[in-house]
Amino acid sequence: MTDAKTLSNRRPETGAFFQRDRAMHPPAYTPSYKTSVLRSPQKALLSLDNTLSEITGPVFGHNILGELDNDMIHNFAKPGESAIGERIIVYGRLLDERGKGVPGALIEFWQANAGGRYRHKKEGYIAALDPNFGGCGRVVTDEDGNYWIRTIKPGAYPWPNGPNDWRPAHIHFSIFGHGFAQRLISQLYFEGDPMIWKCPIVRTIPDRAAVERLVAALDMEATIPMDSRAYKFDIVLRGRRSSMFENRMEGN
Amino acid sequence: MVQSLDRLKETASQTAGPYVHIGLTPNFCDIPGVYPVDLGDTMVNDKTRGERIKVKMRVIDGADTPLKDALIEIWQADADGLHNSPSEMRGAADPNFTGWGRKPTDMTTGECVFETIKPGRVPFKDGRKMAPHLTVWIVARGINIGLHTRMYFSDEEKANDEDPVLARIEHRRRVPTLIAQRDGDTYTFDIHLQGEKETVFFDI
Ligand SMILES: [Fe+3]
Repeated sequence: MTDAKTLSNRRPETGAFFQRDRAMHPPAYTPSYKTSVLRSPQKALLSLDNTLSEITGPVFGHNILGELDNDMIHNFAKPGESAIGERIIVYGRLLDERGKGVPGALIEFWQANAGGRYRHKKEGYIAALDPNFGGCGRVVTDEDGNYWIRTIKPGAYPWPNGPNDWRPAHIHFSIFGHGFAQRLISQLYFEGDPMIWKCPIVRTIPDRAAVERLVAALDMEATIPMDSRAYKFDIVLRGRRSSMFENRMEGN
Repeated sequence: MVQSLDRLKETASQTAGPYVHIGLTPNFCDIPGVYPVDLGDTMVNDKTRGERIKVKMRVIDGADTPLKDALIEIWQADADGLHNSPSEMRGAADPNFTGWGRKPTDMTTGECVFETIKPGRVPFKDGRKMAPHLTVWIVARGINIGLHTRMYFSDEEKANDEDPVLARIEHRRRVPTLIAQRDGDTYTFDIHLQGEKETVFFDI
């Protein structure tokens, strides 16, 4: 599974990760997002400076990828057809808190179709399924941490929380960095969407600037004319302490 | 004024939502043909070294109901205590063992089963050996930020007793929440999100 050693000349890093700034993240218990009530731990988390079990993590090479993996317009479509909706490119850089690009990192995406409907047997929204849209895509970042995907802009959808709660248009994403402690799942929103600030899930994040960092910017310089508009979306993972300041990792 | 540290802030977490399987295990939820297999479905092959085990997990909410829409990932060392990771500097891990598994909990029973091997012991920062353990990460609808915990093994009593991480748990009656019970080749590990039996979760 790992060919990351050959991916880069950089020496793999072995330092512990920076402490997570929990004031930027949603707390576990957020009653306005009702499902969190019975699913939130109530006791304090036990703080643990990283051991090798958290510093290391699985790494995925470009060799796992198929040709259309980062093209959600076509990766589920019948040959010659494509998904319905506003064609967009989402591109950006995966960085860590030190501003360093994170190469060779797997990012997985999932989303509703242009009408706001998911391809899932538990989906209850009446909007139509698009026979040419599956809703998943993935990419591995390049040497500098860059990535891009092609998709359609997802629709907003209603969900059973409040009687009239709707999610803003969003793309879910999951990221592996270089250590298991960096594991992260979040959601991307789109510039200019008035639904963002009404959403109980967005509002689980206590910090306004942290929400703004989840909003992708429309970038008219990066469009493909007569084809797709572009949104820029950078993602930041936890940084890590330099192992040169640490005692040597003992053991073997 | 002083110089800026020029640090960025980590991207904020959001819940994985009810449809996390579309993105992470599409073949499991009837979206075939996009990826050949679901990543993390298979951790071992015929040549993997070590003792074969099964680990059966559930995630249970505050009303004692197993989650039917959760996703669990595990990360562990190989039989010699080495990780299949570029950041593993102590030696090369077993190339026939990924060390990483990903499973959705079953949509009716809430159960998932990892087929893996018993990990070796990994050193703590001060060189003491930790007891064999799995690193576990749980996401689901209603979980705003992924939960990290560990799973230890009931038949490693002596190693568990000297484990430096378990030793840090102040309330000793909570230690068993991290220990999976063995029956034959199967370990059972119930993760309780809250209540009397709330599992110890870590801020790593
Ligand atoms: Fe969604």
